[in-house]
Parts: sequence; C-alpha cells; structure tokens
Amino acid sequence: MQVSEQDAASEWAARKVGEFLRVRQEQIAQRWADAELFRTVFTVSRDEAVEAGKAVVDALSDVASSGRLDDITAPGFQTVRDQLGRMAASRARTGSTPAQVAGEVAELHQPAVTLLRGEFPDPAGDQAQECALALTVLMGTLRLVVMETTLRQGDELIARQRLQLLEVATPVIKLWDGIVAVPLIGTLDSARSQVVMESLLDAIVAERARYAILDITGVPTVDSLVAQHLMKTVAAARLMGAECIVSGIRPAIAQTIVHLGIDLGTVVTRSSLADALAYALRQQGIVVAPRTPVGANLS
Amino acid sequence: MQTSHDTGTIRLPIGSDTDLAWVRQQVRQAAAELGFGLVQQTKLVTAVSELARNTLIHGGGGQVEMTVLHQGPVLGLRLAFTDDGPGIRDIEQAMTDGYTTGSGLGMGLSGAKRLVQEFGIDSRPGGGTTITVAAWATGLPHPRAEDG
Repeated sequence: MQVSEQDAASEWAARKVGEFLRVRQEQIAQRWADAELFRTVFTVSRDEAVEAGKAVVDALSDVASSGRLDDITAPGFQTVRDQLGRMAASRARTGSTPAQVAGEVAELHQPAVTLLRGEFPDPAGDQAQECALALTVLMGTLRLVVMETTLRQGDELIARQRLQLLEVATPVIKLWDGIVAVPLIGTLDSARSQVVMESLLDAIVAERARYAILDITGVPTVDSLVAQHLMKTVAAARLMGAECIVSGIRPAIAQTIVHLGIDLGTVVTRSSLADALAYALRQQGIVVAPRTPVGANLS
Repeated sequence: MQTSHDTGTIRLPIGSDTDLAWVRQQVRQAAAELGFGLVQQTKLVTAVSELARNTLIHGGGGQVEMTVLHQGPVLGLRLAFTDDGPGIRDIEQAMTDGYTTGSGLGMGLSGAKRLVQEFGIDSRPGGGTTITVAAWATGLPHPRAEDG
C-alpha cells in the first residue's frame, strides 16, 4: 500500500504527540490544574485537579497513539467521558453556558502546545509545527467530546424528569373513609390523564371509595380535551360505583367552560376542595360539628 | 383591523404536545404583559389551546404567529395558526357545535370563536388552513357581536 508523504507525516506527528502526552503527563496536568476549568470544578484541593488532569491527558495520549485524532468516538475517550460530564455539569450548575464550558476546554490547548514546542530543538521547525497541528486537532476533538457529553446528559435528564412528572404529579389521597381525592397539577394531556384515571380507579377499589374528588385548582387551562378527559374519568368511576366530584373550578375557568360550550351538567362540581369534601361527607350522613356547639341548630 | 398596526411578531412551531404547552405559556405571558385580565387571559389561552391542537391533529403540525396589536390606547393580540394539512372541506359544518372528524367533543372551533373577539378561517381542501383570531386587553374596541 502506497502511503503518501503527507499521511506518513501526520501519522508520525500523532504518535509523537501521544508519546509527548505520556511523558509530560505530570507537567501538563500541573498546568491544567491552574486553568479555569479545573480550578473552578476542583475547589477542595489542587491535587484532585491534578489527578483529574492526568486522567484526561492519559485518555488523550491513548487517542493520539491510536491515530484517531479527530474521532470523538475513539475508545480512548471512554475512560474520561464520565469525568468530563461531571466537570461540565458542575460548571453548568454554577451558571456557565455550554459555550462557556467549551471555551474553557479550549483554554487547555495553549499550555499543552507551549510544552510541546519546548520538546523540539527548533520550536518553529516543520516537525514542531506538524506536532502542534496534531495536538490542536486532538484538543478540538476533546472539546467536541465535552459538548456531546453535556448535551446527552441534558437529554437524559429531560427524559427522566418527564417520567418522574408523570408519576409524581398524580397522587391519590384518602380524605376520609370512602372518600379519595386527586389534586391535578399542570397540563392534563392524554398521557397524564391516562395515568390519573388508572391510579384513581385503583384507589377506588383499594379504599372501597364511594366518592372520588378530582381537584383541578392546579390545572391552568381547561379546554375541550381536558374537559373530555375529566368526563371520561367521571364516567369510568361511575361504572365502578363511585361518584366523582370535580372541584377547584375558578371563576375564570367557569366562564371559559361556558363560552367554550362544554356541558358539564352531568358532573357534580364544586368551587373548592373543601366544598367537595363537605358534599361527600353530607351524602354519607356524616356531620362535622364544632366541639362545643354554639347554636343548637346543626342540621 | 385596518386601524391597528403591528409591533413585533413571534413565530412558534406546533409539532408536538410539548409545543402546545409552550404556545399556551407564551400566549399567557404575552397577554398578561399587555394587561389582559385573568378571565380574558384564560379565555384567550383556552382558545389558543383548541386551535393549536387542531393545527397539530388535523393539520399535521404547523406554526402560530403572535402579533401585538395597537388600536389607540387599547392593546391586543393577534394569533394566526397555519398548517399545510388537508384543509377544511365544509367550513360551516366544521363550525357547528359537536361536529367532529376526530374523537374530540367537536367544540374546538366553535368554542374558540366564542372565546375571542375576532375570528377568521382561510382554508381550501388540499390547500392547508389558516385560522386568525384576535383579542383585546381592556374593554372592546367594537361592541361585542353577540352572546356575551
């Protein structure tokens, strides 16, 4: 196989950079420990920053030796991906944007190149230039790896939080013997309302509930789809022998529902959760009275 | 709307349920900043929710263009929902309470019209749909058309 002079030169440079990174690992890590990125992440001790720097230099050395300078999927990066992700996340927590973090990664380039040039008898010579170029490419790849790791972590976080919201936001609360309530909060889309219906029907069985209260105080917008979901839930609960009460209907929501033309006439509604509970108690013949009755008339 | 002029237009994509929530939030915020009362805000946001969902479900996604309107001292919002979907074959029928081609209640279009002060549909079968609505912050520039 014919290898062009140019390819041979860059291959040599990559190997040379890999070697340089291995030999000068300690010195590079020492200088990086003073750089913004390491200094601000590892605030407890400088040794910690140096150790982290060494791990990154090792990874870069591996990548350079394998000759895959511009490959962000190079196996060498795997060992430091988690660490880089944690560092980027730590910077993000203190308010840095991904672009700022990328800039801080870019700042690591200069100290390394300065050291690299010092290795050559003629720091401006062709060989030194070739190696500096290879190191520049490698550092650019490192920057991409950090960016990619950060973005992927963001995506994973969003997906996780979405699942959490789905479950956390729909607790079914037992208010009294035979009375359960679901305080609905946020947007009631199809996925959420499915979860609400399932957990409510389960609770009706588990608590042997005769009354189920759906409180929509925390639902900012009640449009026809939300209303439809509510009515379906009410109908399903009714099939199971429980009466549903929709509470938390604010004045603005009430007016909007009327203008929208939705008929909630078949559903028992109350303006507040307290009213709904009072209704359910009264229906069961339970009277809540003050300890010392002031007046005799409590009915 | 001849007497009103535009200042600043925001375009928001409508391509998913998440976009719907974002559009609702943006409209609510804009309406609050323009001095819409709570009831007016709720009405407008509900209308927007219906129309944006139509854009998503029947139009296969599209966008909404939000423009601030000035008419003398009165501020308003105009929203234009655009999609390249199949269009509406019979607008009169589509505007009828309870008529639906999907699985909803069939109150979206007609209900949305009752929640805003100005409402217009431009649609041809196969030519996409644009629905434009406008609502005003305080009082009304024109006497309300009908059912208050």
